[in-house]
Amino acid sequence: MKFPVDRDTRRRWFDVFMSGAALVCVGLALLPLGSILMEAFVRGAPALTPNFLTQPSLLGGIANAIQGTFILIGLTSLVALPVGILTGIYLSEFGKGRIGVVVRFFVDVMTQTPSVVVGIFAYSFVLTLALSGLVPRTLVFSVISGTIALSTIMIPIVARTSEDALRLVPTSAREAALALGIPRYRTILRVVLPSCASALVTGGLLGIARIGGETAPLLLTLGSSREFFSGLDQPIAAMPTQVYQFAIAPSLAENQAAWGASLILVLLMLGISIASRAVIRLRAVKR
Amino acid sequence: MDKVSAWYGEKLAIQEIVLDFEEHAVTGIIGPSGCGKSTLIRCLNRMHETIPKARVEGQVLLDGQDIYGLPAVSVRRRIGMVFQKPNPFPTMSIYENVAAGLRLNGERDRKKLDQAVLDSLKQAALWEEVKDSLDKSGASLSGGQQQRLCIARALAVRPEVLLMDEPCSALDPIATAKIEDLIFDLKKDYTLVIVTHNMQQAARVAETTAFMYLGKVVEVNNTRELFERPRESLTESYITGRFG
Amino acid sequence: MHALRILRGGTRARLSATPGDLVFEGLSTLVALSVVGLLVVITVILYLVAQESIRVNGLRFLTDTIWDSVSQRFGAAPFIYGMLVTSGIALLLGVPVSLGIAIFLSELAPPWLRIPLTFIVELLAAVPSVVYGLWGIFVLGPAMRIYIEPGVQSVLGFLPLFQGRPIGSDVFTAGVILAIMIIPTISAVSREALLAVPDSQREAALSLGATRWETTRLAVLRYARAGIFGASILGLGRAVGETMAVTMTIGNRAAFFGSLFEPGQTIASQIAGRWLDASTPLELGALVELGLILMLVSLIINAFARLLVGRFLRVGEGAE
Repeated sequence: MKFPVDRDTRRRWFDVFMSGAALVCVGLALLPLGSILMEAFVRGAPALTPNFLTQPSLLGGIANAIQGTFILIGLTSLVALPVGILTGIYLSEFGKGRIGVVVRFFVDVMTQTPSVVVGIFAYSFVLTLALSGLVPRTLVFSVISGTIALSTIMIPIVARTSEDALRLVPTSAREAALALGIPRYRTILRVVLPSCASALVTGGLLGIARIGGETAPLLLTLGSSREFFSGLDQPIAAMPTQVYQFAIAPSLAENQAAWGASLILVLLMLGISIASRAVIRLRAVKR
Repeated sequence: MDKVSAWYGEKLAIQEIVLDFEEHAVTGIIGPSGCGKSTLIRCLNRMHETIPKARVEGQVLLDGQDIYGLPAVSVRRRIGMVFQKPNPFPTMSIYENVAAGLRLNGERDRKKLDQAVLDSLKQAALWEEVKDSLDKSGASLSGGQQQRLCIARALAVRPEVLLMDEPCSALDPIATAKIEDLIFDLKKDYTLVIVTHNMQQAARVAETTAFMYLGKVVEVNNTRELFERPRESLTESYITGRFG
Repeated sequence: MHALRILRGGTRARLSATPGDLVFEGLSTLVALSVVGLLVVITVILYLVAQESIRVNGLRFLTDTIWDSVSQRFGAAPFIYGMLVTSGIALLLGVPVSLGIAIFLSELAPPWLRIPLTFIVELLAAVPSVVYGLWGIFVLGPAMRIYIEPGVQSVLGFLPLFQGRPIGSDVFTAGVILAIMIIPTISAVSREALLAVPDSQREAALSLGATRWETTRLAVLRYARAGIFGASILGLGRAVGETMAVTMTIGNRAAFFGSLFEPGQTIASQIAGRWLDASTPLELGALVELGLILMLVSLIINAFARLLVGRFLRVGEGAE
């Protein structure tokens, strides 16, 4: 059976056309990324004066927001890393039965809960405690409230990444140590955890990358502050909420400040993303 | 084919192979695993080059034309292929599987499609078994039936040559016997090249057999001659089972 | 034999747990259960705070179109509608583009380009949502108002959906931002689904004389369709929960809209926008009730997606 040549030509052109279309799709995705980075540099860089970087927003800077973000990341990591990793250990080492399945399901549900809902929760939680007189009313908008929100977001992420990391450690490594008569808990702490350390670091970085840019839950819980950190039960500023407030402010100077703060925030987040990649790459090279 | 060499990256898989394939006959290619049989057959319809970093040199002539000078797409339509493991499209029905090649070529006429599907399934000796379940998934068939479905799918586009890369290696003896019968029938209409690691199979179905070792053709001859009076000692030790 | 001996030794050691083992196992179990407890606490707390609103508003909450803090009348219908429409736009625009990206990355791109390009597309997910919002206000919004929306209007202006004067800070812009934001999720999961298609399927199509695109269509996309569908649902899950970028671009008007060039509001953006201004416990309760609805919606969407693509998921690729 012979097919007319023009059919084949048409098919070949269509092939080229569709390949081109796929390439255009990649371009369509890179366009916003490029535009965001470029605009952040062009509009944000002029805002980055020494004053901007060292003064609190009361005096026209964002130093207090930078400080706030680092405090929040630090406190949240302090809560979420141990809790998350222990949960991961439970899921991979002990949770074999039905309870393990249930825990894993709940953890998955938590990773998928919209962050704004988590913000509502943290606020409502502290509010409920305050209304029943257990904590002072001021705690509702505070560093602690924000940390509760961010921890609720970060714990399940760390739990699942550490579970995956621990599962990658071959059973033979565990059995070799157990066979030497080393108790199980020491085996896990001394053999299993160290051999997947870099994967745990990646998980931690992933978690930090997620919470570092979170805005909605902080908007609902941090309150507003134009000064440096003044106590765990006080409101505090953070980079993402600061960007939001600058962005919706009706003054050009503040809009430019929004771009400046964005530039720092974006670079920070991309840096963490790339770092977590680098850790993965490093591990791959080692093997 | 003339002086065909093929590489995977830097690794030379087959080296300056020269082979003729007789029309309307079955050529068998045997040899120990890793000797380049599959690579060789994949060079014949330009499937080798679909693997990243793989490359081919030399000429493969089909009716006097070098297939490496023609569009790969039309080459593959004229030279069909059946693979080691049955690979029907699982999301398509049996009918659609067979019709897939024709649809690619723009055949929309329902009657022609029906006829082609009927013919191909009959040729592949599958018609009787599936005629009542043409709209069932291709993956619902047994292994041997799946392989015959793949053969029907390859036949539906009316190729001139049919390449078979160890078509029976994933099948049980009964299914294998059916495919071998089928090969016997098919050579009336097609030129067949079959790669097999099973010497008895080559002896049963092929007129001509080539023995390959370490990327080279050691010996080509009439099948009976090759098995009864091998000229090369390497061939002899292989067919008598001293290695391989 | 040696391996066998180690195995037996291992079993024996496991049977004789030391006190340290018990403490450690107990501790990790306790922590894991407390994480489960946390989710229960979240649900209970949200319910407690929303209780007032649930009692006062009842089922009418879902259908009422008025949100008025003066008369203390609260209805969620415009926000549910806004959420559905913006997510719909996001899927309509985001899925084809993501699929194109996935195809390019798994089928077409030269091998050396695949890893860096995959990484760069994933960086889209690393940009904080508030930065998308900022970009939406100052870059995308004006571009929509001046170029894109009039352009769309000149072609599709006869449809009621595209009528009215483009303002740039409207439902359409929010949908476009969402589309951009869900691209990394959908394309990454689709790409995993395409990579899971066995090469034998591609070879089957190629050996029939299919071109590269025909191979992709015939063998790859059909084989991976469940995964692609699941990836899209996962993207939907992200879209409904996304808050800041939408809040900053949608124009924030708590009412129904007929044209996409009008301002609107989604559940998430209404929560973020009204939270600090909620004047009474009833309004706060109504906002929390919105949060409960959002949680339920995203739970259903994500459970569905997980059913379809669970095996391709990496941690953290759920809804935000």
